[in-house]
Amino acid sequence: MVNRLPHPDLAALGHPALRAGNPTGTRDVELGTRDPPLGTSVYGRMADSLVQARNLTKHFDELVAVDSIDFDVHEGEAFGFLGPNGAGKSSTMKMIGSVSPLTAGTLQVLGMDPARDGPKIRARLGVVPQDDNLDQELTVYENLLIYGRYFGLSKSVIDERAAELLHFAQLEDRRDSPVEPLSGGMKRRLVIARGLINQPDLLLLDEPTTGLDPQARHLLWDRLYRLKQQGVTLIITTHYMDEAEQLCDRLVIMDKGKIAAEGAPRDLIEEYSSREVLELRFPVGTQSVNAEHLADIAQKTEVLPDRVLLYTDDADHAHARVLEAGFEPESTVSRRSTLEDVFLRLTGRTLVD
Amino acid sequence: MTIAGSLRVVEAGARVYRRTWRGSVISTFLNPVLYLLAMGVGLGELVDEGTGGASLDLPYLTFLAPGLLAAAAMQAAAGDASYPVMAGIKWRKTYEAVLATPVGVPELLVGHLGWVTLRLTFVSVVFAGVMTVFGATTVMEGLAAVPPAVLTGLAFAAAITAFTARLKNESGLASLFRFGIVPLFLFSGVFFPIAQLPDWIEPFAYLTPLWHGVELCRRLALGIDYTVNPLVSVAYLLAWVVVGAFLAVRLLRRRLIA
Repeated sequence: MVNRLPHPDLAALGHPALRAGNPTGTRDVELGTRDPPLGTSVYGRMADSLVQARNLTKHFDELVAVDSIDFDVHEGEAFGFLGPNGAGKSSTMKMIGSVSPLTAGTLQVLGMDPARDGPKIRARLGVVPQDDNLDQELTVYENLLIYGRYFGLSKSVIDERAAELLHFAQLEDRRDSPVEPLSGGMKRRLVIARGLINQPDLLLLDEPTTGLDPQARHLLWDRLYRLKQQGVTLIITTHYMDEAEQLCDRLVIMDKGKIAAEGAPRDLIEEYSSREVLELRFPVGTQSVNAEHLADIAQKTEVLPDRVLLYTDDADHAHARVLEAGFEPESTVSRRSTLEDVFLRLTGRTLVD
Repeated sequence: MTIAGSLRVVEAGARVYRRTWRGSVISTFLNPVLYLLAMGVGLGELVDEGTGGASLDLPYLTFLAPGLLAAAAMQAAAGDASYPVMAGIKWRKTYEAVLATPVGVPELLVGHLGWVTLRLTFVSVVFAGVMTVFGATTVMEGLAAVPPAVLTGLAFAAAITAFTARLKNESGLASLFRFGIVPLFLFSGVFFPIAQLPDWIEPFAYLTPLWHGVELCRRLALGIDYTVNPLVSVAYLLAWVVVGAFLAVRLLRRRLIA
């Protein structure tokens, strides 16, 4: 268990982990001070799983979007769904968000059943959807205001939280400007601020940095990292392996509606890939021919349309052997293994196509 | 389904309106002025001097104004229940944002219709005021026509919201106005009694909610005899509201939370 220091910003925000009566902001204390949610006695210990899915399944007519998956999300962790578009991540998120009904299986969110207690669950969730579905006609502040009102918060409470959230989202000087002209990164940060207005126990982020430029992504990661450090439970879907590696304590790799693997990013890489990777680029059309002859240099090879990947524990050594053997790749890159390699190993395909 | 949730949707509608009212307020005031001036005063003088005066037994402007109020309510409702709903579902996805909160689809729909009701009341009261200024009706006559006009608008708002919830793109909305709203506007007894229509068309006019709305507004405002029992017209319009709202909830559910 990592020792979490309360962050001054979020302490001011009054995040559940850091509310009054819980000066240390640690999880154990927090559980002692919060009202037990409805259904706790029925479903057992809340501390273990904020979300528990068993054989979770979602069909759209003929299409099987989510195919009988199991997973648990624990309090205080950043949990990820990594997979390509169409893997079933967003459908899973919509079910956790207690918006979309399950086709089969069971799902408990915050110890409750989404089919029965949807509004009660949603009252304690923060949702950051894939699209910035803000009210474009309204100002930054007004977006927080009407959203807070949907949760039944009073204007004075919203005003107080809005000031802190705009500070957190680095939008203080945009408080009264309309949403429409804001940059993509600003809009996304506003959507995150909006998702925190009800001080959620669980924040759901669906592809949080898709469509943002690198600088905006890094700024956003920094904000999400702060939330994580303050003990906010995050569930993130992404098809970016760097995002998953940076933010997620634990993740599942999804493909075609199923979970292909589960674990901490480092553990997954260790389990399914070598320590390092040597990427070789040969003239067009000769990748697979060359790969055949390279097989005994590496533990494993993968042929992509534009390059050959050699999995090895020492990329530089492998590189030397490739040259020794007389191969003449047009370019080479040696790097550490990533989740992308894990995905490739598990599914035979790349994450972003 | 809670009233509080619906009220918050109404409140959000009002907050958005505070930012966008400039776009619609001109037409709210200008439309009745233009129509009453052109059709009521301009055309009306010819009607009154011709055979129309005798068969209507009313100045044409007075005959026209309350029916036009019902039609204005229909048009305002069609405006509020079409493009903004499409934006909520598809273009801006603001409905998705709302449904991530404790507010559910029934509350969203009821709140949407609640907000449209407030807008319709505003539009209708302004229209009744312009009618009075034109001397078409007295203040009380004009105000008497407001509730049936709002009911007429609401019937359309519910049905058109359901219609919009099914649409994949906005081309269907253009068709709605071209083949739905405009013909109804012209042939539902606003400009002339439907008895003037060919006999085979007449029964269809009785089926349109606008005809019942026009009839209610006109008869209630002017205190003249009804063609059908007004309770039947009220019940018919209420049925459109209820069935429309029911369908809208179903279709919005299918569209938004599948």
